[in-house]
Amino acid sequence: MTLGTKPDRPTARFDKLLTGKGLLKGLKVTLKTLFTRPVTVNYPKVKETPVARARGVIALDQEACTVCMLCARSCPDWCIYIEGHKEEKAPDKPGGRVRVRATLDRFDIDYALCMYCGICVEVCPFDALFWTPVYEYSEYEMGKMLHDMDRLQDWMKTIPPQPELEK
Amino acid sequence: MTEVFANFWFQTGLKVLVVAAAIPLLAMAIGYAELKISAHMQSRIGPYFAGGRFGWAQLLADGIKFMQKEDIVPEDADRPVFRFAPVLVIMATVALFVVIPVAPDVSVRNLDVGIFYALAISSLSTIGILMAGWSSANKYSLMGGLRAAGQLIAYELPLVLAVVGVVIMAGTMSLDGIVSAQIDWGIPFVLLQVVGFVIFFTASLAELTRIPFDMPVAESELVMGYVTEYSGFRFLFFFIAEYANMFSLSAIAATLFLGGYYLPGIPENLAAAAGPLILLGKVFVLVFVMIWFRWTFPRFREDQLQTLAWKFLIPAALLNIAATGVAKVVF
Repeated sequence: MTLGTKPDRPTARFDKLLTGKGLLKGLKVTLKTLFTRPVTVNYPKVKETPVARARGVIALDQEACTVCMLCARSCPDWCIYIEGHKEEKAPDKPGGRVRVRATLDRFDIDYALCMYCGICVEVCPFDALFWTPVYEYSEYEMGKMLHDMDRLQDWMKTIPPQPELEK
Repeated sequence: MTEVFANFWFQTGLKVLVVAAAIPLLAMAIGYAELKISAHMQSRIGPYFAGGRFGWAQLLADGIKFMQKEDIVPEDADRPVFRFAPVLVIMATVALFVVIPVAPDVSVRNLDVGIFYALAISSLSTIGILMAGWSSANKYSLMGGLRAAGQLIAYELPLVLAVVGVVIMAGTMSLDGIVSAQIDWGIPFVLLQVVGFVIFFTASLAELTRIPFDMPVAESELVMGYVTEYSGFRFLFFFIAEYANMFSLSAIAATLFLGGYYLPGIPENLAAAAGPLILLGKVFVLVFVMIWFRWTFPRFREDQLQTLAWKFLIPAALLNIAATGVAKVVF
């Protein structure tokens, strides 16, 4: 016996007689599926709830954002627009240092460009960006796909409670 | 009143109207059945919105859509041939309806050589397909047309030989006579002609260019085969012809092997009324099997079909004829 060849099973001859066994098996599968409930739903009438971590749209927590621009710079599509300024606060006591706080003037995501890679969410060091599972925000005009910071803030309400991380 | 019914022209007009209404209606019914059954076989829902419930008007909507579309003829096409090809295909389809007996003594024309006529006319559509493929000035169309012609060599002989067994048993070629013979014998011929039935059904799948023998329109290889360049109403002709042919070939298979319009236990006086419904029921069983095969099996290669036909179907059909002939003489 040469290496790598197996002796014929005693039933191999019998199997050959049953050519078409696979065809019958296929027919059984399709017939069974015909009488089982479809896995899809009638979408606009019936809706499925996506899983909690589904990547539908990106929400922005304005309070957490520090205008660091990391997301805008890491975005492969350049679909994030950020502008900001420093707000100054008078020193607590005379001769003290001026307090500053970076404040957002503009934070837009152009979902017509976005490819949902999620790099901005990954890269944000202050947890200001979040995925939410909402997926129904299509528009009749392309320009309306640009979501401004207030709209992005609104998406925060749609974040479902997250499942526990796997150990 | 009876005089009017007996009038030849009145009868002919009525028959033309019935056939002209039946072909698109049956094609739509079978097309809809295909959409729904294939959807559920793939765990989908399928058409749902057209018509309000269950998407029953989906095919109607599709038909209206096709009629609105532009009738595009490619620039390099052989225009007269390109235009005539779908008409020829649908003519073959219509002509096939002529001999189908739907009730005792009710058919458009009860020919003495009914089955011979049916088999001859059903292969006429291949000429239309070849014309369509040739005149489109498109390599995919040409390949599809030639494949259809090559396929004819494989399936035509088994198709004819499978019928011979039935003809020997019935002693007639008239389709109405074959049904009467089955009534006389008391059993549908499929019980004695299992081999013939399987061969006929396989060969008719090849004739209909349906999966597993859909090489002439193989989407993954030839775009859409011979229909690639067709659009609008002419595409609709091919579409209707395909589904109406499914009906007519199934009806002929049901007539030859399953007892046609006859069902034991139906009282004599109801036979004429129930005949079409019984035939329809038998046809839809066969059509379901065709749809079932389509959504289960992969496609054969052209040479594999030739192998199947020439090495298995034809010898089996010849043996079947010999066995039937011997049995007919002995018993």
